[in-house]
Amino acid sequence: MFLFKLLLKNAFRHKLRTGLTVLGLVVAICAFGLLRTIVDAWYAGVEGSSSTRLVVRSNISLTFPLPLNYAERLRSVEGVRQVSWSNWFGGVYITERNFFPQFAVDPATYLPLYPEYKIPEAERLAFLRDRQGVLVGRKLATKFDWKVGDQIPLRGTFYPGTWTFTLRGIWDGAEAKTDESQLLMHWGYINERVRQSARGRGRGDVVGVYIVGIDEPANAAAVAQRIDKQFANSLAETLTETEAAFQLGFVSMSEAILVAVQAVSLIIVVIIMAVMANTMTMTARERLAEYATLKALGFPPGFVVRLLLGESLLIAAIGGVAGLLLTWPLAAAFRSAAGTLFPIFQVSNLTMALQLAAALVVGLVAAAWPAWRMGRIDIVNGLRHVG
Amino acid sequence: MTPLIRIRHLSKGYVRGGQAIPVLLDIQLDVMQGEFVALMGPSGSGKSTLLNLIAGIDKPGSGSIEIAGVDIARLGEGALADWRAANVGFIFQFYNLLPVLSAFDNVELPLLLTGLSSRERHQRVAQVLNLLGLNDRADHYPNELSGGQQQRVAIARALVTDPTLIVADEPTGDLDRTTGEEVLGLLDALVQQLGKTIVMVTHDPKAAARAGRVVHLEKGVLVDDQPA
Repeated sequence: MFLFKLLLKNAFRHKLRTGLTVLGLVVAICAFGLLRTIVDAWYAGVEGSSSTRLVVRSNISLTFPLPLNYAERLRSVEGVRQVSWSNWFGGVYITERNFFPQFAVDPATYLPLYPEYKIPEAERLAFLRDRQGVLVGRKLATKFDWKVGDQIPLRGTFYPGTWTFTLRGIWDGAEAKTDESQLLMHWGYINERVRQSARGRGRGDVVGVYIVGIDEPANAAAVAQRIDKQFANSLAETLTETEAAFQLGFVSMSEAILVAVQAVSLIIVVIIMAVMANTMTMTARERLAEYATLKALGFPPGFVVRLLLGESLLIAAIGGVAGLLLTWPLAAAFRSAAGTLFPIFQVSNLTMALQLAAALVVGLVAAAWPAWRMGRIDIVNGLRHVG
Repeated sequence: MTPLIRIRHLSKGYVRGGQAIPVLLDIQLDVMQGEFVALMGPSGSGKSTLLNLIAGIDKPGSGSIEIAGVDIARLGEGALADWRAANVGFIFQFYNLLPVLSAFDNVELPLLLTGLSSRERHQRVAQVLNLLGLNDRADHYPNELSGGQQQRVAIARALVTDPTLIVADEPTGDLDRTTGEEVLGLLDALVQQLGKTIVMVTHDPKAAARAGRVVHLEKGVLVDDQPA
């Protein structure tokens, strides 16, 4: 108790210095948490993917479509339970700044593959009935203040022209990691319009990717092999992978940036560690005579070490907890500012634990050297420091 | 009667720039229980080094320092720290109080190394503060006290563990004459009334005159030892 009182009083002996050190820690721990959350958000698609879904795409590139008639052949592959498909629509809502993912899907087969999309039954049926209807995630609807029945005009890019859809339903994610930032429309409607248009002749009856439901996650590799074998040496060979691997493929395109972001988050922690080590070294030097006095009175070197480490850990803990608490509102503000850029943006438990651990490591490392030195201080030389 | 402090053939030196510099040479000294001894001498005479060796915060080059039958020159660092905590009270020229602790807490500090309960510690501190007339200053911090009051708190800290020996390094060096006299009166009272043994380093002949015995050192050699 006495020790805690002493280190508490020592910690706030120089209020300005301690305040600035805590401020530095708050900024560093907060930045560390935010940057980690950004990296997590990048991987959110991978996190939210299902282990019972495979994605089948063209072996050449994702931009090459697959024939519609592959659906029936996929259904016949051993281990395949369900088959659906989707096309990237890529429309613009008012301006390019309003980007959000839009997919043309086969609703009857697509929705059963995504049980994590929780849709009221009436809205689901309304969507199935209306070929110009669309479904959106809650986050997207909230962002644009859309309500069921609203008209949503999209300017086509891959599919030229203006497309006006009617919002028929809004889904809520079953889990926090479920994507609520997408828009789903009827593939059949898009395909029909494409086939009718002069520019679209020859472009119909193709799909971007097939989504395949399997019974057992453990069979994923075998089923994927069977699928790709089925279409080997055809005009459109396939590449089948788990949904997680498919999503990871997108993430890997920006891996260099993610590595840089992670490196910056660690560099920030190292910088604050150096700043705090400097603070603790100054503190120890100023109190040289006090530590020598304590040792003269009979306190063991370990007591002096505990005093310095304890003080450093206390300051680090205050900065760490304050930084952690500040991360939440900042992450919320960032999420709001980023809109649908990151489908899922939340500070994970792991990130919070790492923030606290980083703060404590900073506290320990910063005081390690001065504590070691003060523990070994020569009493006579230390006492001479007075006056 | 066996002396409390028994120093035999004590020598101490430093090596600087490859050159050996002797500080103390073959010191022989006995101090009896209840004596008040002043160590005097010019700067560099070795009086502070001798005091540090007696207090167990420095190690001799050779010789023995027996205090109450224990040769502290043979103790390791940990044992020496325990010995200091149990046997030595320190009074420094600049008081060396911890500025973040109140007078009460500063006096309590050495008691943390004893097995006393919190209640017992507080009783002891209150007694000692009362003895030194510091009751009304117990909650004051060092920067709220005058030099004389700070030195009285330091004396209380030296006394609170009821040590075998009190060492004082220029205890009046930072005080005005009147306050210095008061502090010397207190040290004298500790010897006369409580039977404490005090070894004090001083430059001031008037301060030395308050001790019962004055030991003079010059260039590391004990040159004179007589009653004050």
